[in-house]
Amino acid sequence: MSDYLIRGGRILGADTADVVLVDGVVAEIGSGLSRAGAEVVDAEGLVVLPGLVDLHTHLREPGREDAETVETGTRSAAVGGFTAVHAMANTDPVADTAGVVEQVYHLGRRAGHCDVRPVGAVTVGLQGNELAELGAMAESAAQVRVFSDDGHCVSDAVLMRRALEYVKAFDGVVAQHAQEPRLTEDAQMNEGVVSGVLGLRGWPAVAEEAIIARDVLLAGQVGSRLHVCHVSTVGSVELIRWAKSKGIDVTAEVTPHHLLLTDELVRSYDPVFKVNPPLRTAADVEALRDGLADGTIDVVATDHAPHSVEDKDCEWAAAAFGMVGLETALGAVAAAMVETGRLDWAGVADRMSVRPARIGRVADQGRPIAVGEPATLVLVDPSAAVVVDAGQLHSRSTNTPFAGMKLPAAAAATFLRGRLTARNGQVA
Amino acid sequence: MRKHLLSAADLTRDDALLVLDTAEELAQLADRPVKKLPTLRGRTVVNLFFEDSTRTRISFEAAAKRLSADVINFSAKGSSVSKGESLKDTALTLEAMGADAVVIRHFASGAPHTLAHSGWIQGSVVNAGDGTHEHPTQALLDAFTMRRHLGDLEGRRITIVGDVLHSRVARSNVLLLSTLGAKVTLVAPPTLLPVGVDTWPGEVSYDLDATLPGSDAVMMLRVQRERMNAAFFPSQREYARRYGLDAERMAALGDETIVMHPGPMNRGLEITAQVADSTRSVIVEQVANGVSVRMAVLYLLLGGSESALGSVPSDLEAVPA
Repeated sequence: MSDYLIRGGRILGADTADVVLVDGVVAEIGSGLSRAGAEVVDAEGLVVLPGLVDLHTHLREPGREDAETVETGTRSAAVGGFTAVHAMANTDPVADTAGVVEQVYHLGRRAGHCDVRPVGAVTVGLQGNELAELGAMAESAAQVRVFSDDGHCVSDAVLMRRALEYVKAFDGVVAQHAQEPRLTEDAQMNEGVVSGVLGLRGWPAVAEEAIIARDVLLAGQVGSRLHVCHVSTVGSVELIRWAKSKGIDVTAEVTPHHLLLTDELVRSYDPVFKVNPPLRTAADVEALRDGLADGTIDVVATDHAPHSVEDKDCEWAAAAFGMVGLETALGAVAAAMVETGRLDWAGVADRMSVRPARIGRVADQGRPIAVGEPATLVLVDPSAAVVVDAGQLHSRSTNTPFAGMKLPAAAAATFLRGRLTARNGQVA
Repeated sequence: MRKHLLSAADLTRDDALLVLDTAEELAQLADRPVKKLPTLRGRTVVNLFFEDSTRTRISFEAAAKRLSADVINFSAKGSSVSKGESLKDTALTLEAMGADAVVIRHFASGAPHTLAHSGWIQGSVVNAGDGTHEHPTQALLDAFTMRRHLGDLEGRRITIVGDVLHSRVARSNVLLLSTLGAKVTLVAPPTLLPVGVDTWPGEVSYDLDATLPGSDAVMMLRVQRERMNAAFFPSQREYARRYGLDAERMAALGDETIVMHPGPMNRGLEITAQVADSTRSVIVEQVANGVSVRMAVLYLLLGGSESALGSVPSDLEAVPA
C-alpha cells in the first residue's frame, strides 16, 4: 500500500491542511507537510470528509445479477465517495439466514471497493409472518446490526414489536419501510393533484405516516431503537420530531431524490421517476430539507435501487420501483442542502458518514479526521458541476432520475483505510 | 394541431374547434350514398387494442376506412402480447410495418404517452383510452354531440355524474369542456372523486338533486359493479338511489337538457332504461358522432389542413364504392 500526502484540502470544508496517510491511518495533519515516498494528491479547492456510509443500498446479488452485482454496485459506491454500504436484504434468495448474509459479506470483501455490511431480513422471506433468525445473522461473519424487510413493511404490529425487542440483545436496529399495505394496494405514485390528473393509483402520505406513528410508539413502549427508512412526507418529519422530543430512540433517513425531485416529474410518465416511496410535492421536499438540516432526519441514505432496462423501458404500471443513486448522492445533497445554505460540509459529513456509521454500528467509519484515525476519507470537489450521464455510471443499471441534470459537487477521490478506491469518476 | 392526441389538454380552443368543425363537415358524408373519401389513401392506421373495446375499435376502424386508409387491427388477446411481448416490441413491429398512425387503447394510464415519446415509433399516436387517465376522442364526440343540441358551449352547464375517480371519460371531458368555455360540475360520492379534484376546472358536488335543475347536459358515467366490493359505495341499490338518473330525477331537468352516457350502460344502476330510451337521451347519437369525430382527428393528425371536403365531388367519384 502506498502512502499519500493529500495537499491543501479543506478539512470538513473549513481550514486548509495537508493530510498524510500511512499504513491505513491518518499519520499527520498540518501545513506544508512532506513525506518521502508518498504519492502526492493535489487537493486544492477540495473538501476532505470522512468516507461516506450508506445505510440503504440494493446490490441485487444474489438473484438479480443482470441489474447489479456486489462488484458493480460497490464500484459505483467508491466512485460516489462511499466507503461502506449496507446491502439490503431483498435479494433472491432473501438475506434471511446467516448463509446468505455471509455470502454477501464475502463478495464485498473480495470486491474490495468499499465495506459491505449486509442487512438481514426481519421476517423469513420478507413475508411478514415469522421472525428470521436475527441472532444467527448478528453472530455470523457479517456481524449484522441492521435488520429490514425493505420493499415490504413489517405491517403486523405484534411482529414489529417483537422484532424491536429481540434485536436489543445484540444492539441491533430495525429499519422499517413504512408503508401501510392496504392503503397502497397497486399504488403507482404520490396521491395528490398530479395522480388525479394522470389517472395513476395514489400512494397517500398517510400510509407512511400511520406506520411511523405506530412504530415510534412501539419503540417507546419497549425501549428499543427504531430506524425509519426513506422518509418522504411533511407529516413523517413532524412525527419523528415529536418522537425525538419525547425521548424515543428513533432515527430516520431521507434519500437524495426525495430532497431534490417532486411528483411533477411523473407527468412525463417516464418510469425512471417511479420509486417507492414515491416522489412527493414541493412542500414535502421543503420539510425534508428542514428536517435534515435540524437533525430530525439523521442521515441521507441513497436507496440505490438498480433495475434492468427491461424493467424500466416500458409503460409506467409495468415498470419496477427504484432509482440508482450512489454516484449522484453527494451532488444531489450539495444541490439540496449545501447550495441552499442549509448544511455546511461538516453537516454533510455528519449526515452522510458519522451518523449512518453510528446507526449501523460500523465502528471504524464515520470517524473524526484526526491523527491515528482510519484513513477512510473522501475528497469532494464542491464546484465539480457535473452533468449526469447515465451511460457513464459504474452501476450495471442506468436508471438515474438525474440524467442530464447538472449537480454541483462530486467525489474526486475515495480512500478506504489508506487505499485509493476511486479517483475522478473512475475506480482506482 | 400537435402530432399526437394523448390528452384533451393537448387541444387549444382553436384546435378543438377545428376538430369539431371538420367533424361536422365529415358528418355530411354519412348522408351520402358513397361514404368514403380518398384522403388517407395509402396511409396505414393501426388499431392497437390491449383492452377489449369493441365499440371504440369499430368506430376508429370505420373512421379510418371512410378516409380510405389501410387499417390493421392488432388486438392484444390471442396475439404475441398475451405471450409476454412488451409494448416496446409491439411498437417496433408496427413501426417496421410502416404505421402512419397508431390508435392505442391500453389498460395502463400513460401507455399512449410512452408510445409517443419513447422513440419506438415515428407516426402519430391517438389515445383511444388509457387506464384511468384519458379518452380524448370520447370527449370530442361528446362535445360534438352537445354542440349539435346546445350550440356554442361557452357558458353552458354540464353535469358529469358517477365514478370520476376511475373515469378517463370524465378527465378528458373536464379538460375539453373547460377549454371550450363550458361550466362543468362533477357529482359523485366522495369516495369516487380523486384527491386534488378541487384543483380541476369547474365545481364538485355530492348532491345530484341540487345540481340537476341548472344543467344543460347531464352525462352519466359507467359504474363498475366491482367497485362496491372495494367499499367505494355500500350497495348498488344505494348508489342508484343517490346517484342514479331515473324518471323522477329526469323530470327535474330543463326542457332542453340532454342526457348522455359514454356506454356501455348499466341499466338500472347509474341510469334507468326509461331515461336511457327517452327522447332526451342522445346516447345513440354519441356513437354515430364518434365516427365523424375520429375521422376528423385522423384527417387532421395525418396532415390535412384545408377543408376536409374541399374537393369532394370529384374525389368521391374517384373512389370505388
